[in-house]
Amino acid sequence: MNFKPVLLWSDALILLLLAAAAAGVWLLRHNETFRAPLRQVLASRMGSATALILAVYVGIGLLDSLHYVERLPDEPGREAQYSGEVKSVLDKLLAPLRENVEKTYSAPFATHLYAKETMIGPDGRELRDYPRLKHGGAHLADPDTEFWPDVLKRGGLGVLGGMVCWVLLVFSLWQRGRSHGALAWTLLCILVVSGLLVALAPHYHVLGTDKVGQDVLYLSLKSVRTGLLIGTLTTLVVLPLAIGLGIAAGYFGGFVDDVIQYLYTTLNSIPGVLLIAAAVLVVQVQIEAHPELFDTSAARADMRLLALCGILGLTGWTGLARLLRAETLKLRELEFVQAARAFGVSRTRILARHLLPNVMHLVLITVVIDFSGLVLAEAVLSYVGVGVDPAMISFGNMINGARLELAREPVVWWQLAAAFLFMFVLVLAANLFADQVRDALDPKAKGRA
Amino acid sequence: MLNYIVRRLLYAIPILLGVNLLTFALFFMVNTPEDMARIHLGAKHVTPEAIEGWKREHGYDKPLFFNAAAEGAAKVSDTLFVEKSLKLFVLDFGPADDGRDIAREIKTRMWPSLAIALPTFLVGLLAYISFALLLVFFRGTRLDTAGVILCVALMSISGLFYVIAGQYLMGKLWHWFPISGYQPGLDAWKFLLMPVLVSLAAGIGDSARFYRALFIEEIGKDYVRTARAKGLSELRVLFRHVLGNAMIPILTGVVVVIPRLFLGSLIIESFFGIPGLGSYTIDAIQAQDFAIVRSMVFLGSLLYIIGLVLTDISYTLVDPRVRLE
Repeated sequence: MNFKPVLLWSDALILLLLAAAAAGVWLLRHNETFRAPLRQVLASRMGSATALILAVYVGIGLLDSLHYVERLPDEPGREAQYSGEVKSVLDKLLAPLRENVEKTYSAPFATHLYAKETMIGPDGRELRDYPRLKHGGAHLADPDTEFWPDVLKRGGLGVLGGMVCWVLLVFSLWQRGRSHGALAWTLLCILVVSGLLVALAPHYHVLGTDKVGQDVLYLSLKSVRTGLLIGTLTTLVVLPLAIGLGIAAGYFGGFVDDVIQYLYTTLNSIPGVLLIAAAVLVVQVQIEAHPELFDTSAARADMRLLALCGILGLTGWTGLARLLRAETLKLRELEFVQAARAFGVSRTRILARHLLPNVMHLVLITVVIDFSGLVLAEAVLSYVGVGVDPAMISFGNMINGARLELAREPVVWWQLAAAFLFMFVLVLAANLFADQVRDALDPKAKGRA
Repeated sequence: MLNYIVRRLLYAIPILLGVNLLTFALFFMVNTPEDMARIHLGAKHVTPEAIEGWKREHGYDKPLFFNAAAEGAAKVSDTLFVEKSLKLFVLDFGPADDGRDIAREIKTRMWPSLAIALPTFLVGLLAYISFALLLVFFRGTRLDTAGVILCVALMSISGLFYVIAGQYLMGKLWHWFPISGYQPGLDAWKFLLMPVLVSLAAGIGDSARFYRALFIEEIGKDYVRTARAKGLSELRVLFRHVLGNAMIPILTGVVVVIPRLFLGSLIIESFFGIPGLGSYTIDAIQAQDFAIVRSMVFLGSLLYIIGLVLTDISYTLVDPRVRLE
C-alpha cells in the first residue's frame, strides 16, 4: 500500500452523521407519516431539483472528507515513512488543478500572468511584458490565434460529453418511470457544466488563480466541505441540547422549566457574534497553548473547525428549544398523552414514544432552515477573525483574501465571483429545499400560499 | 404597570449575573490571566517576572473569588470577580487592556453607531413592510411569485457581498460617496448614506419574506372577509385590518432590537471605517482585548433585557386586550 487512510475528527463525525441519517431512513422506510412528506418534497419540481444540487455539493464534500497520507519513497533499512501532508480523495481527483500553481494572479482563461515581469527578449535585450503562464494554456504555441479554436473545440467536446451522459442517464431512469421535467433539466445543467469543467480545467485556469497562483476553481471546490461541515456538524450539538432541554422544560414544568428558561434567556441575551467571538478567542488561546496535541496542521485546523461547530451549537440551540417547549406544553394536555398517563405508562416512555415523534417535524424543519444560515455565518465569522483556521480553505477566507483586491487596476474580480457563485448556488438551493420541507412537514402550512 | 416593569427589571439581575459568570468563566478560568499576559507580551518577552508585571499593571494579580490574604469584607471584595465582573453592574467598565477608559470610548463611539443604525432601522422597517404589503396586495399573481423568488435569492447572498459590491459600485465606479471613513458634524451624511443603503439592501430579502408570511397568515382569517364584505377597499383592509392585527408579531421582532442599535453593526462599521461601537468591538476581538469584549457582552445583554421590557410595554399600546399585571 502506498498510502495510509487518515481519519480526522471531523471525518469521523461526518461519517457518523451519515450513518445515523441512513439508519434513520432505513428504520422509517415503512413509516407513512415520514414517507408522505418525503415523497411530497421529492415529487415537487423545486424539491427534486434542489435536492439534486445539494446532493452534488454533498458528494464533493464527502470526497473531500476521505483523507489519507502518501507513503514516501522507501529507504532501505527503515520503516515505511509517510508524508506529513494530509490529502483527500478530492485532491487526488483534482491533482491537475492542485499542482498547476502559477506565480500570482491570472484572470480566468488567461494565458498570460496578471503582472508584468522583466524578461529577456528573443533579441537578448531586457523587456517588461506579461509572461506566459506555466500551466494555463501552456499547450498553445501561439495563444493569439490558437486560443479560441482550442477553447471552442475542448468546450464543445465537454458539452457533448455532458449531453451524452445526460441522455444515457435520463433514458435509463425514464425506463423505470422515475424521471420528471425539472429534475431532468437540472441534471442536464449539472452534467453540461461538469463536462465543460472536465474538458477545460486541466488546460486552463477556468476561474483564474489567486495571489499565490492557486487555481480558484480548486479553492472553491475545497471550500464546499468547510461550509457543509459547519452547516451539519453544528446540528450534532444543537439537537441533543434543544430536544432534551426543550421537551423537559415543557413536560415537567415547575422548577425544571424555570432553570431551563433561565439558561436560554441568559444565552439569548448575549449578542450572538460576541458570544461566539469570545468562545472562539478562548479556544484559540487553548490551541496555541497546547501545540503538542496536534501532529499535523490539518489536524489543528480540523480541531478549530470542530470547536467552531461546537460553539455555534452551544449558542444556537435556544431557538429550537423554545419552539419545542411551547409545542410540548400544548401536547402535554392532549388526550393521547393524558390517556398514556392514565394507563400508567412511564415518564420516559411517554417522552420517547408520544412526545418526541410529535415534535420531530419541528426539529427537521429547523435543522434544514438553519443550515443555510450557518453556511453564511462561516463567511462573516472568518471575516471577523473568529471563524475557521486562516490556513483552511473556506468561503470566508476566500472572500477575506480577495476583498481588498478590488482596489487594484485592473480589478481582480474572479476570486470574489467564484466564492459568490459557489456560495450562492449552495445557499439558494438549501433555502428553496428548506421551504419545500417546511411546506411538506408543517401541518399549518398546508393550503397556504 | 409600573409594578410589572419593576418586577421585570428585577428579573434582569439573575440573568445579568449569569452572563457575567459565563464571561468570567471563559476569560478568567478557562483562559487564565497568564494566558492573556502571554498573548499581549508576545512570545519573545515571556518571563515569569514579565507576566507578573503585566498582571499587576492591568489589575489581574488577584485571586478569583476569595482573597485569603485580605482582611474582613475585603476577603470577598478584593477579588477579580468583584473588581472585573460585578463592577459592570454599576456601569463601571474600567480600563481596556491597552489602558484607555472603556466608558469614555463607549460614550463617544455610540453616536456614529447610532447615526447608521437608527436610519437603517427606521427606513428599513418602513421599506420592508411596504414591500411585503405590496406583495400581499398582488398575492397569487406573477408579481408576487417573482417578488418571493427575488427575496429568497437576495437572502441567499452573504452580507459581505452586499458591502463589497456597494463599495465597489457606489464608491469606486460611480464616485457617489467616499469608500470609507467618517467625520463628525453635518458633513457626516456623505459617509453615512452608503452604509445605510448597503444595510438596507442586505436586509430586504429576509425581512420582506418574513412580513409577507405574517400578512398572508392574517389575511386568511374571518375578520378580513367580514371587512371585505362590508365593502371596504382592499387597500383599507390591508392597512387598517391586516397591518393592525399583525402588529403583535411585528413588534415582537422589532422592539427588542431598538436598545441594541447603540452597539452598531460589526461588519458594516469595520468595512466602512466608522468609528462606532461595532468597529470598537471588532478591533477588540482582533486585538484579543478581553476587557472590552467583556464590557460589550454585558452591555449587549443589558440592552437586550431592556428591549424585552419595552416589547411588553409596546404590546399594551397596540392591543387593548393586553394588560400588564
